[in-house]
Amino acid sequence: MSKSIKAKYMWAPLLAGLSLNMSVGEISPSFAKKKKKDDKEQVDKPAKTANAFASTYKAYPSRPTAVTNVTIFDGEGAKIEKGTIFMKDGFITEVADGDASIPEGTLIIDGAGKYITPGIIDVHSHLGVYASPSVDAHSDGNEITSPTTPDVYAEHGVWPQDPGFSRALANGGITSMQILPGSANLIGGRSVTLKNVAARTVQQMKFPGAPYGMKMACGENPKRVYGSRNQKPQTRMGSLAVNRQTWIRAQEYREKRDSGENFTRNLGMETLAGVLDGDILVHNHCYRADEMVQILDMAKEFNYKVTAFHHAVESYKIADYLKEADACSAVWADWWGFKIEAYDAIPENAALIHNAGACAIIHSDDDNQIQRLNQEASKALADGRRMGLDITEAQAMSWITYNAAKSLGIEDKVGSLKSGKMADVVLWNGNPFSVYSRPEKVWIDGALLFDSTDASRRPVSDFELGQVGEGDVK
Amino acid sequence: MKNIFKTLIISTALILSPSVMAETIAITGGKVVIGDGSAPIEGGTVVIRNDRIVNAGKDIAIPADARRIDANGKWVTPGIFAGFSRVGLVEIGAVRQTNDSRSFGSNFSAALDVSESIDPFRSPIAVNRAEGITRAVVAPSSGGKLFAGQGAIADLGDDINPITKSQAFQFVEMGERGVNIAGGSRSASHLLFKASLQEAQRYAAGNDAFDDNILTIQDAKALLPVINGKTRLLVHVEGANDILRVLDLKKDFPKLRMVLVGVSEGWRVADKIVAANVPVIASALNDLPSGFESLAATQSNIGRMKDAGVQVAIGMIDDRDAHQLRYSMQYAGNLVSLNKVPRANGLTWDEAFAAITSMPAKIMGMDAQLGSLKANRKADVVIWDGDPLELSSAAEQVFIDGKKQELSNRQAKLRERYRNPSEGSLPKAYER
Repeated sequence: MSKSIKAKYMWAPLLAGLSLNMSVGEISPSFAKKKKKDDKEQVDKPAKTANAFASTYKAYPSRPTAVTNVTIFDGEGAKIEKGTIFMKDGFITEVADGDASIPEGTLIIDGAGKYITPGIIDVHSHLGVYASPSVDAHSDGNEITSPTTPDVYAEHGVWPQDPGFSRALANGGITSMQILPGSANLIGGRSVTLKNVAARTVQQMKFPGAPYGMKMACGENPKRVYGSRNQKPQTRMGSLAVNRQTWIRAQEYREKRDSGENFTRNLGMETLAGVLDGDILVHNHCYRADEMVQILDMAKEFNYKVTAFHHAVESYKIADYLKEADACSAVWADWWGFKIEAYDAIPENAALIHNAGACAIIHSDDDNQIQRLNQEASKALADGRRMGLDITEAQAMSWITYNAAKSLGIEDKVGSLKSGKMADVVLWNGNPFSVYSRPEKVWIDGALLFDSTDASRRPVSDFELGQVGEGDVK
Repeated sequence: MKNIFKTLIISTALILSPSVMAETIAITGGKVVIGDGSAPIEGGTVVIRNDRIVNAGKDIAIPADARRIDANGKWVTPGIFAGFSRVGLVEIGAVRQTNDSRSFGSNFSAALDVSESIDPFRSPIAVNRAEGITRAVVAPSSGGKLFAGQGAIADLGDDINPITKSQAFQFVEMGERGVNIAGGSRSASHLLFKASLQEAQRYAAGNDAFDDNILTIQDAKALLPVINGKTRLLVHVEGANDILRVLDLKKDFPKLRMVLVGVSEGWRVADKIVAANVPVIASALNDLPSGFESLAATQSNIGRMKDAGVQVAIGMIDDRDAHQLRYSMQYAGNLVSLNKVPRANGLTWDEAFAAITSMPAKIMGMDAQLGSLKANRKADVVIWDGDPLELSSAAEQVFIDGKKQELSNRQAKLRERYRNPSEGSLPKAYER
């Protein structure tokens, strides 16, 4: 078992002695009069605090650039041979099938034999919250003090100097990613979506306008962590009970908030109410098919939406349910067998999800595999084709671009190569579905932030500055 | 030369003396990779008789009694040899009862023998076999002792005899993990290492002063062949200075036949590794400073060591080493991709493929038997539908010890059951 798995799934020593009652389940229930759901649209929502820790991300300067004569996967299922892509002022201005007239003053890059894709998006990363080096003091991704911690924000644990960000950029062409709290808790807290741009502060990395996500986890992890402390949940029964009781309190909080009466802000309840409002997207770590369907029923009970199941190794067993629920599955290509809820994983999972018309995403959950999500997608595609499924490379590209963007609520801005979208673009030195290809250039908002042919266009974090290997190819 | 001559005689004898018991197979028309670092041969032939390779290459004589397998358009290679693994020791990592990779509660250390634990019926054996992995170095994990125990060379065949060679090596942790085990400092890990070997020597000398606080008698016995160089010592080490200090141990124990494992910063001291004549089984793609012992980690590590003259194979060191040996091909392919990256150092395709076939065999001292399609090697042969290092390729037929292997496994059965996820006229449990 790799070190990173250890960190995330926490075979690490359990803080058995701690029993801080910070669970939202312990907060006094509100006695606000219940309102009908229909009323909620008309009332003001004073506690929406979207501006706290606001993004201060600014695109770096760019120059008008055209990549010509290049093969393009647009991220939404199309492939263009010998195309041209234009970027200007941080945006994609045109994607042309064939030659196009190139405005004066445009930097022209000959893309012959090369490929263009949208910037790759990883919806499940712990970069920054489980930073390298993985010393104990860098463990900032799991607030293992209560089974529900909707009050914590991943962005408050992210260390922008994690050298992992630069590897994801240079080797993986990763331009955006969702940083999630870990899976020790049933409700782990808010996620944050970042642009993969080296920065002094997390706020400078925050994807402007991206909605928050909320991490939930079902299955083995929460019940192992808390059960070993003789605390709820010790079983999957307990997990659902704590979740449902928590949602009941969140409903009460939301009604009180919307009633116009005086109320005290509660950070955890604010997050949960944000989910019920539809403003915060639920990303639910869940392996087993039967459990995912339980979660979907819980979501119906409390009228919220599960945006994506993460890890979802058994999605192939319930692809029909997932299509119906419009829930994405973020999966690995082929991880299996590290715990019993991952025992039935099969390498055709992503392809079967896609084939059923549901939303498939390949994620990493790993600081190494985030450097080759394109290869993971390629393996998943190959396995699907081998069982006879008719899936193109262009379609599989959406598993790590458009579908990923959709599950983060940023598909109107990134995830595909459409005129008007942010110019987050990767130029590959060959077909990204081949093991022999690597990113050659990566633009984020049109700014060239990695160039394999220019050693000065490679970010070196403070941690690596002055260390042996500083600025090496890695 | 003598060996080659002997091989020729045996091969000729096999060709000329057909036996009713024997099966001879000729795989024809494929792109043949010998695995020794030589270039692929278009339209080559591989002849197998019983459990051995008779010959492979261009214009090979095909015995009249040979069953022919047409491999036109396919690649034919030696099976993949996982350079470092825990395959066969684990069914499910987090299910304690199915994880024999480490022995947390044992009083023993060096004496622990993985060949007692390797289970050919574990599903990772079947899953990785279907991907073209045929042999593996199988090492114990440390359960809290510096010396983790005795490793084996195993095959992934569909039979009850997984062990190719038991007690093939001793495994010791001398990086940050070893430091933790030994008491918190390099001073402690080196002292414990030396004291353990010295105790083993004292035991061998029949010395009454044998200190059983450091070693049990069983552990001392297991270390004797390590000290006298009969058994290889695989040393897990990552950092540049740790590598140098480990190489220094040869001054105290000159007969040690060390193999360094992991070696993320090996490129920084590659000349010293070459000078010490110590081979390396390295992690291919580690490029993060996951600890301070790997600050200089880079995917160019293997390429740079190779360029410096280090004998290097690819291993899966603490990297999904029980379940995902199929990453060996992906990792080797990645090292080839580095050739197109400015300032990076990779391997040629031929070198990369050798790093997951003949090099592990050679480093483990078994290349006369395993790891290539040269005459008289064990007939571990894979027929692939394309370039075996490419992500889109897959193994179509796998032979281990000349025997065609069953490639079905529970992943394949689950896939078929849920090809269409909704129920038919009976529940899913009736579909198989």
